[in-house]
Amino acid sequence: MFLQQLINGVALGSTYALIALGYTMVYGIIALINFAHGEIFMAGAFVGLLLAGVFKLNLFLAMAGAMVFSMALGVGVEFIAYRPLRNSSRLSALISAIGVSLFLSTLAMLLFGANARGFPANAFPSRQIQILGAEVSTLQLLIIATSACLMLALELIVKRTRTGKAMRAASEDYTAAALMGINVNFIVSFTFALGSALAAAGGVLVGVLFNSVSFNMGLNAGIKAFAAAVLGGIGSIPGAVLGGLLLGITEVTGVALGYSSWRDAIAFVILVLVLLVRPSGLLGQKMQKKV
Amino acid sequence: MLEINGLSVCYGAIRALHAFSCRVGQGEIVALIGSNGAGKSTTLNAVSGIVPASGGSISFKGEEIRGIAPHRIVRLGISQVPEGRRVFGRMSVLENLEMGGYTLKERKRLKEGMERVFSLFPRLAERRNQQARTLSGGEQQMLAMGRALVAEPQLLLLDEPSMGLAPLLVEKVFETIVEINRMGTTIVLVEQNAHMALAIASRAYVLESGEIVLEGSSADLAVDPAVQRAYLGGAV
Repeated sequence: MFLQQLINGVALGSTYALIALGYTMVYGIIALINFAHGEIFMAGAFVGLLLAGVFKLNLFLAMAGAMVFSMALGVGVEFIAYRPLRNSSRLSALISAIGVSLFLSTLAMLLFGANARGFPANAFPSRQIQILGAEVSTLQLLIIATSACLMLALELIVKRTRTGKAMRAASEDYTAAALMGINVNFIVSFTFALGSALAAAGGVLVGVLFNSVSFNMGLNAGIKAFAAAVLGGIGSIPGAVLGGLLLGITEVTGVALGYSSWRDAIAFVILVLVLLVRPSGLLGQKMQKKV
Repeated sequence: MLEINGLSVCYGAIRALHAFSCRVGQGEIVALIGSNGAGKSTTLNAVSGIVPASGGSISFKGEEIRGIAPHRIVRLGISQVPEGRRVFGRMSVLENLEMGGYTLKERKRLKEGMERVFSLFPRLAERRNQQARTLSGGEQQMLAMGRALVAEPQLLLLDEPSMGLAPLLVEKVFETIVEINRMGTTIVLVEQNAHMALAIASRAYVLESGEIVLEGSSADLAVDPAVQRAYLGGAV
């Protein structure tokens, strides 16, 4: 029973973590809460659905396509809606982000209609299997494994590659990074690309998990992932993963204990508590004023 | 090598630098001295492209560089060691140096650059895998200077390298600056410690509220009564 809930929680939490990573990386570099991030996730889910449903691609190819599309979308959003506001007040960029978020979800509603759509049944034929007495679906295992691989890839990019290191440098000190000859605008685009790709993968996985893709799915998932990022410490990459997993486990446990109508409230309770008790989050740096 | 003519910089309504002109010849050490807020750092930041100039020209090796993005200026051969060191604290010493060599295309040149820095600052080699924030202030200053040297700049802009360091370390840092200069790097040095700056610079400019009030050879300025009164604490 415990193992059962743990696996349910980790599967759900992995998807939160995938989305939370985008929030945290973008915040780390330009100190902006990208409120359109949930819609990038939604767009990824729709593109995955189209590729799997209409073009009959297998789930992994559909996911790859969705990631590429969302990458371009995320970079485009930054370029059009945030970059011109880079030197204005943070509030302007935040309002711009909310505008983009509304624009994208409305656009999706016009294109795909207001009703939720499901993935074709053969997109991923899931089976139930027994692991140590727990009933686990192969779909859950797929979600956990895919997320783990993506996070590992992210870790390698950020720790080992030249661009990844430049990304960490820019998130520590934007100006000093520029003085090293790092094109910080490129690094910002790169960060949006990475975060958006992960969100798209999350979108496809969530779409398959709940068998539902809708124009407004980005709002709920986005806010929950944001709560996860804050819980882990916004700006911290391991924090986003930890926060996502903890939130997923807490939510599933809450439901198992019979508080299923409170399901979506749990994330907000956590968000409020973290902000009250430890605003820097579990793994976050003490808030420093960025010069 | 570097020629600045009539440079002005404003932060909002505040004029930080007004009609500033100076020239720095190949192989020189030139000091900019003056009190806090006189516009010294602003000058360096304008050269590095970090703050936009509102007027005037900056030319490097005969080419206008005003308005060029900071990362391109580094590629032209101008590196800056910013005030307060600003090393990447959560990255290792090695990674910090790697960032200093970010503009180098070939792996080999990066390696050579790092070796050069390690021979100049053996202490950094000892601590290569340590996170930069765990270094002492003096070591961080070495790292900040080393980081700027990896890419072998032709012109090095040093902003307050002595800030917050113990007197013994200050001397060590200035010795190193002279050594870097001897190896062929032209240096512009911004300092509040006018005493030390005048000791190693060939020429200096004295700034006050964004304008040059005096300029000349360091030897002349060091005995100038006005400079002595204002920046050298009376008799030398």
